[in-house]
Amino acid sequence: MNLLIFTPVLPEIAITIVSMFLLIIGVFKKNEKTYSTISNLAILSLLVVLFLIFSGSVPKGVSFGGSLITDSFSLYLKTLILTSSIIILIVSNIYLRNINLLKFEYIILVLLSVVGMMIMVSSNDLISLYLSIELQSLPLYVLASIRNKSSKSTESGLKYFVLGALSSCILLYGLSLIYGYTGSIYYNEIASNLSEYDVGILIGVAFTLAGFAFKISAVPFHMWTPDVYEGSPTTVTAFFAVAPKIAALGLIVRILITAMPNLIADWQSILILLSIFSMLLGAFSAIGQRNLKRLLAYSSISHMGFALMGVINGSFDGVRSLSLYMLIYLVMSLALFISIIALKTNDEHIENIEDISGLAKINPVMALIISILLFSLAGIPPLAGFFAKFYVLYAAIDAKLYYLAIFGVLSSVISAFYYLRIIKVMYFEESAISFDPISKRLKTIIYLLTAITLLFFLRPSIFINFAGTASASLFI
Amino acid sequence: MLYSSIVFLPLIGAILTGLFGKTIGARKSELITSTLVAISALLSWYVLLNVGWVNGKNDQVIVILKWLTSGALDLSWSIRVDTLTAVMLVVVNTVSAVVHFYSIGYMHNDPSRQRFFSYLSLFTFAMLMLVTSNNFLQLFFGWEGVGLASYLLIGFWHHKESANNAAIKAFIVNRVGDFGFALGIFCIFYFFGSLDFNTVFSNASDLVDKKINIFGYSISAISFICFLLFIGAMGKSAQFLLHTWLPDAMEGPTPVSALIHAATMVTAGVFLVARCSPLYELAPSVMSLIVFIGATTAIFAASVALVQNDIKKVIAYSTCSQLGYMFVALGVGAYQVGIFHLFTHAFFKALLFLGAGSVIHAMSNEQDMRHMGGLRKFIPKTYILMLVGTLALTGFGVPGLFGMAGFYSKDAIVEAAYVSSISIGSYAFTMLLVAALMTSFYSWRLIFMTFHGTPRASKEVMSHLHESPNIMLIPLIILVIGSILSGYAFYDSFIYAGFKEFWASSIFILKDNYILKELHDVSYLIKWSPTIMMIIGVTFAYYLYIRNPHIPQKIAKDQEVLYSFLLNKWYFDEIYNYIFVRPAVLVGKIFWKRGDENIINRFGPDGISKQVVKITKKIVQLQSGLIYHYAFSMIIGLTFIITFYIIVGRGS
Repeated sequence: MNLLIFTPVLPEIAITIVSMFLLIIGVFKKNEKTYSTISNLAILSLLVVLFLIFSGSVPKGVSFGGSLITDSFSLYLKTLILTSSIIILIVSNIYLRNINLLKFEYIILVLLSVVGMMIMVSSNDLISLYLSIELQSLPLYVLASIRNKSSKSTESGLKYFVLGALSSCILLYGLSLIYGYTGSIYYNEIASNLSEYDVGILIGVAFTLAGFAFKISAVPFHMWTPDVYEGSPTTVTAFFAVAPKIAALGLIVRILITAMPNLIADWQSILILLSIFSMLLGAFSAIGQRNLKRLLAYSSISHMGFALMGVINGSFDGVRSLSLYMLIYLVMSLALFISIIALKTNDEHIENIEDISGLAKINPVMALIISILLFSLAGIPPLAGFFAKFYVLYAAIDAKLYYLAIFGVLSSVISAFYYLRIIKVMYFEESAISFDPISKRLKTIIYLLTAITLLFFLRPSIFINFAGTASASLFI
Repeated sequence: MLYSSIVFLPLIGAILTGLFGKTIGARKSELITSTLVAISALLSWYVLLNVGWVNGKNDQVIVILKWLTSGALDLSWSIRVDTLTAVMLVVVNTVSAVVHFYSIGYMHNDPSRQRFFSYLSLFTFAMLMLVTSNNFLQLFFGWEGVGLASYLLIGFWHHKESANNAAIKAFIVNRVGDFGFALGIFCIFYFFGSLDFNTVFSNASDLVDKKINIFGYSISAISFICFLLFIGAMGKSAQFLLHTWLPDAMEGPTPVSALIHAATMVTAGVFLVARCSPLYELAPSVMSLIVFIGATTAIFAASVALVQNDIKKVIAYSTCSQLGYMFVALGVGAYQVGIFHLFTHAFFKALLFLGAGSVIHAMSNEQDMRHMGGLRKFIPKTYILMLVGTLALTGFGVPGLFGMAGFYSKDAIVEAAYVSSISIGSYAFTMLLVAALMTSFYSWRLIFMTFHGTPRASKEVMSHLHESPNIMLIPLIILVIGSILSGYAFYDSFIYAGFKEFWASSIFILKDNYILKELHDVSYLIKWSPTIMMIIGVTFAYYLYIRNPHIPQKIAKDQEVLYSFLLNKWYFDEIYNYIFVRPAVLVGKIFWKRGDENIINRFGPDGISKQVVKITKKIVQLQSGLIYHYAFSMIIGLTFIITFYIIVGRGS
């Protein structure tokens, strides 16, 4: 057997082996330092893999008989997933130490989940799709409840697990219907067998999309999100908010574009509904939140609604706008989450909006950075968030879905309210509490991400071309 | 470079003192602006000599900067130099320089002098932009610029409510005129496809036969354009019906009244019509309208001035009346005479205003002439200045021999009205003659009430009575010279033998327009008639205010209706208040209370934000925290999607 056929999936294989190896170390060498050793090794191996992908050493092509595909699109998404997990692992190192939760399993779980996500964006048939989703989800259920002494954390893990199982059922049922009506599990064969219009296949598509919608927490399959976000440790929340979303969106885009291009009129109407509901509900609900993590949960729901707009048209421009959206969303929301992690009062991490009132007087730099990030999330030009929204709205208008664009703008206006309210609280309200100093490593990451947000407009072409090459590979 | 410095030196002064006035201090601000404008004034005289007599080079256009290019619209910031512009440059800069220096004395107690001088210089710059423009849009820019400066300066003492109201009134009334002006500019662009003076004027004759349809009436396009432009001119030059803002504008500091509301800005309308002479020559019907409005303004304002007691109001109405004279001259086709009167009038009217300012200064800000009297002995220098101004205004002189400035220019207008062939010419002639009598009467009444007789002021005021400082008096010498000599010296070039060479192509007249030659050939009776009217006026004034000072009150009592009619300025303010202001306020209230608050706010911002909060509360309640609720929502969502799908069917 020629081993070279495995090179396209070498990153996944490498990370799997590393995680097994680290698990063994962890089990046999249990002492104080174990956590940092394992963490550093994990970060190092992820960095190596990221470098391999980035340098173009990973060949493109299909493997496992067509089950997995490695192309520019999957590599692009893998880059995003790896980048976010590396950042998360670095931050976790500091955060977990702080809340006294140095469990080495945390790292193994993150790694395994990352493998799942990487396979998700590479999956090219229904079996690998389902298995990768499960591989991605199972570690996340555990991660949500990793703080097993906190009832909130265990509760959130349980909720996530039960509802995740339900969504898996829905997804699996949908997939089996698709298989039943097309007689194939491979995307390209599904596409060629799908020429005839049939109600059965449509119901299969609807079920499948409902299952995916749970993963990207689109309304009305979003109910778990606020509770899980609130209950999980903040680094886990940040991880939830970014990496699985990217992976799931990549998976949705691939299956819709390559397996069901003929059914565009059908899945389009479902996605429009999901998109509008998500944008509006995300915007409205966030207004009523006091807890920052819950607020960000709703904010991410709203953002997923926006991102979905990109795929609705099924066009290259749309997918490119979505890819760009994911990149910018990653930068903005990670920066914001890390800023929240960075702010502590007497070793207590802040939770609520009131906790940062008057921040501008105590720590003007952080207040300014948070303001920039919030403005960017609200889509104020010339920050990166504006471009993200601009391109997806443009895609919607390009598809002549004007009402969708109008809903997008409306919800953007509504969501501007709660972003601005946080800024108001920071700048115009008095505060009696002081904040602990912020570690240098966190500061560097925050500054870096904020700088990208702030300076994106100088050379947007760098990122747009990046997203463009990736999306183009879906339309060959 | 020469022309650019004339225009931009005042702007530099305005910017420097406006932005950095606090840092460089009041004294330096005064000196910087005054010096820069004075340099501008000297250069202007040089330009006038050069363009008018020595060189004779007319129609130079210096392009400074490309402004905008959009389709057929191609505009530049440029300076057009011809005789008309040169004359205006001299008027504007000379008076402005005098007023700047005068203000150093007049405003010496004011805490925000920097602002005042910055505004003055800004005004000067805008006025220069106006007179040097080579296209209608730059003209409009200057037009609005002077309007803004006028607004700022009328309301300079913004803590006074009356000053604010006057400033707003001036701005709003001018809006009516500017609306017409703007429409005129649109029409010009529509018909000519250009806003450039040369293009428009050289193609004007093509438009004579063109008709446009307005509300079912067929109107000559060129007349329509001229009419609209004249509306603009009426607003800026405070002509009958749009005059109401000018007397109120006297709320501003007196130097402002002298500069803006006597010598320069209010003459912009006259300048506009003269500049557009190639258009107006082709619109005889509008010319008749101009004559009618001008003559009516002259008599109306003069009649009101007869009974006013505020020293500045008298001069303000006098200005209004004199502007009417100028428009009559324009209307009968004697543009040169109109500009000549503008030129001489600037000197003596500024002199009168600044003299009145000196009186007010001396009287501790008292403006009511009933509380003055007998000031001749206390402020003799001011008395002499005022006397010169009055003699110049009333047109003192002996025909064929010598006269003050107004004698040449005003009498020429009366004669032009007489020889004019248009049907309304005789109306104008009569009105102007009567107005000349009234002018003489109210001017001398002012002198007699202020400087003669027994002092009527309180003891306290009398004890403070002092002559103005030299900084206020010396600049006025220039105006005195202008008031005495400008008529005699420039008569020949402006409107007599040398007028063709002097004006060259800057003012266009039709081939069969001989009015400038004819007006010199009138009979002796006509030539003497203004002078006779002037003498009658003086006699009346002398009889009523020196010999029998108690009679005026008796007349006022006997003729109460007429008296209050004049005192209340023909009730124009009251009528406008009733016809325009109150309905406008009413309509505004409806839109504000019912439209904005009850409809837009209720269903708009307020309503939406309330709804958002409501929706938010409901949605947050959905998040119960119970897992079976969540699962239920998922199932419901799935069912909904599939149902929607089956009922609505495929999407787009």
